[in-house]
Amino acid sequence: MSDDVQGPLCPSPFDGEDIQLAHGGGGRRMHHLLRDLVLPILGDTTTSGRHDGAVLDVGGRLAFTTDSFVVHPLFFPGGDIGSLAVNGTVNDLAMCGARPRYLGLSMILEEGFPLCELRRVVESLARAAREADVRFVTGDTKVVERGRGHGLYLNTSGVGVVTHELQIEPRSVRAGDCILVSGDLGRHGIAVMAAREGLELETTLESDCAPLHRPVLDLLDAGIEIHCLRDLTRGGLASALIEIAEDSGTTLTIEEEHLKVLPDVQGACELLGFDPLYVANEGRFVLMVPERDADAALAIMRRHPVSSGGQRVGRVSTDDPGLVILKTRIGSARVVDMLSGEQLPRIC
Amino acid sequence: MKYLDEYRQAGAVHRLADELHRITRGDWTLMEVCGGQTQAIVKFGIDGLLPPSVHLLHGPGCPVCVTPVEILDQALAIASMPEVTFCSFGDMLRVPGSGGDLLSARSRGGDVRIVYSPLDALELARRTPGRQVVFFAVGFETTAPANAMAVHLAKREGVTNFSILVAQVLVPPALLAILGSPGNRVQGFLAAGHVCAIMGWEEYPPIAARYRVPIVVTGFEPLDILQGVTMCVRQLEEGRYEVENQYARAVRLEGNSEARRILEEVFEIVPRKWRGIGSIPDSGLGLAPAYREFDASTRFDTGDIRAEEDPECRSGLVLQGRLLPRECPEFGRRCTPERPLGAPMVSSEGACAAYFRYRRREDSIARETR
Repeated sequence: MSDDVQGPLCPSPFDGEDIQLAHGGGGRRMHHLLRDLVLPILGDTTTSGRHDGAVLDVGGRLAFTTDSFVVHPLFFPGGDIGSLAVNGTVNDLAMCGARPRYLGLSMILEEGFPLCELRRVVESLARAAREADVRFVTGDTKVVERGRGHGLYLNTSGVGVVTHELQIEPRSVRAGDCILVSGDLGRHGIAVMAAREGLELETTLESDCAPLHRPVLDLLDAGIEIHCLRDLTRGGLASALIEIAEDSGTTLTIEEEHLKVLPDVQGACELLGFDPLYVANEGRFVLMVPERDADAALAIMRRHPVSSGGQRVGRVSTDDPGLVILKTRIGSARVVDMLSGEQLPRIC
Repeated sequence: MKYLDEYRQAGAVHRLADELHRITRGDWTLMEVCGGQTQAIVKFGIDGLLPPSVHLLHGPGCPVCVTPVEILDQALAIASMPEVTFCSFGDMLRVPGSGGDLLSARSRGGDVRIVYSPLDALELARRTPGRQVVFFAVGFETTAPANAMAVHLAKREGVTNFSILVAQVLVPPALLAILGSPGNRVQGFLAAGHVCAIMGWEEYPPIAARYRVPIVVTGFEPLDILQGVTMCVRQLEEGRYEVENQYARAVRLEGNSEARRILEEVFEIVPRKWRGIGSIPDSGLGLAPAYREFDASTRFDTGDIRAEEDPECRSGLVLQGRLLPRECPEFGRRCTPERPLGAPMVSSEGACAAYFRYRRREDSIARETR
């Protein structure tokens, strides 16, 4: 991938400085911030110079999504708010079966936020965008008073092109479909939790934050009849399956022994009283395909590093519409229910 | 952490279940004391693997569930004070008091923080000398030693802005209360493994002898629980009532002597009210006189405590094994984890929460169970 990014000259005039309210004012200081720090790192972002919006030629059906990012801490093993902001939106587009093309970026900065940290975030945004083969084409910057912003909030919106003819949505899910998951569960949530709470686990667990569109587009190109796709984010695999079961009116039955969880993630979950089924991921997806396409789908997924852990985990039926059932390793079964609020760490 | 898998192996579990079926002749009612065991039983469907004549009742071993409303109301009052940073294990945050829960106190501006250890709260007190840092000391004997250590260190270092709100409870008095109540059906106990890891099991032989009930110290994995049940049933079939230790990999007769030493130094035994059950003599821990300056309930003026409970909440009966959660008329109707009438529906160790999460569709579960 060619590197079209020209970084700012070293040493940077911004190191040691903090965000001031004036940086959001629309005047000279904001102009300098964008011209000398943000835009050079994000690359060639404009199609027609500085303008209120970007006019783009996408040549096909449009997928459009938006997402905001308020993660804390901003930097954690395996990622940061920047890579999250790119991959989160890229993945929402991928789940429509779209090829992600263009992103918009909105930043809300808190007065006092160090500019060297802003640079780190912007570099991460640029790197993630290059890796996902998408471009930033429009953006906005605001500054809020100290105490009103927790450092930095980001929003990214994204558009992508849809060239397939499938209806990829819960209503397309059918009895007899196979449920596949692209890899192991729970890395992102535990990595962030460990970083946030200063938990010192024996190994440094890294977030699985990554773009997912390449395996998805390969599946579509190969003619796999994808009925439903969902990336696993907050609420984990359980929440994704419950939403799909309810929206599709089907029963999703999964087998515990086919769910892969890294020993470190399992250990941290046991310690904290979390269930890996509900822990956040940022680089995993679940899909439902007809049984006849399952083997081919897995073969395609496993060719990509991000989905090399692809696995059959269960089956769709219509015995109990709207229910997700887990068959445990020891042969019993239980209903997988929606969590109310967040998982709270255990007492004893 | 491979040892976890060993204790959840399907083959071993089924072999043990088969043996239990083989030795069971009579009709037996057992109680598991610890909420963590209740969770495991419901989550792994262990009760479905038992012979039909062996019944498991769920006991009061959920410290969150039994924390009296009075103390929760004190916590809410203290957490709302502007100079206070109120630290708690996450599980307490959704338990309803008279005027809401700690989560809603946080959203109203109270500085309420989740910590993983009382020592984190103490560290916060050291780092923020201008704030009053209060730790909500909830739990059975399992959590008490760490709480004792935090107070001990606070006194030694002179961290005077640290205090704890004590709601510690003890297991053996609860067993006595259950055994001594009229209409008790419990014939054998699975004692709480982690409590006994601290305290040992020296307190149980007199109870077993007086009431003629076998007591088996039991762990938390499916294999542990099945083995504990099997050992208990074997005693009942043979007419024995002894104390046995299933959880030998973690529990010794004398427990953890270091932990017990610090407990005896910092705490003393006090009467304690158990939410839904009532007052049980000598069933709680309070700060010993030398450490009372760290007692948050006297350091802060919490004013009048309303201590209101929803009259429809039957958590007391659930905690004593008199009512199964799904037999409660409000279960899943007026009482859900989002809007709990009482604590067992919202605590991660509560029986009602376990049934709500895993058992609302018994017919589907029965169909899928091999």
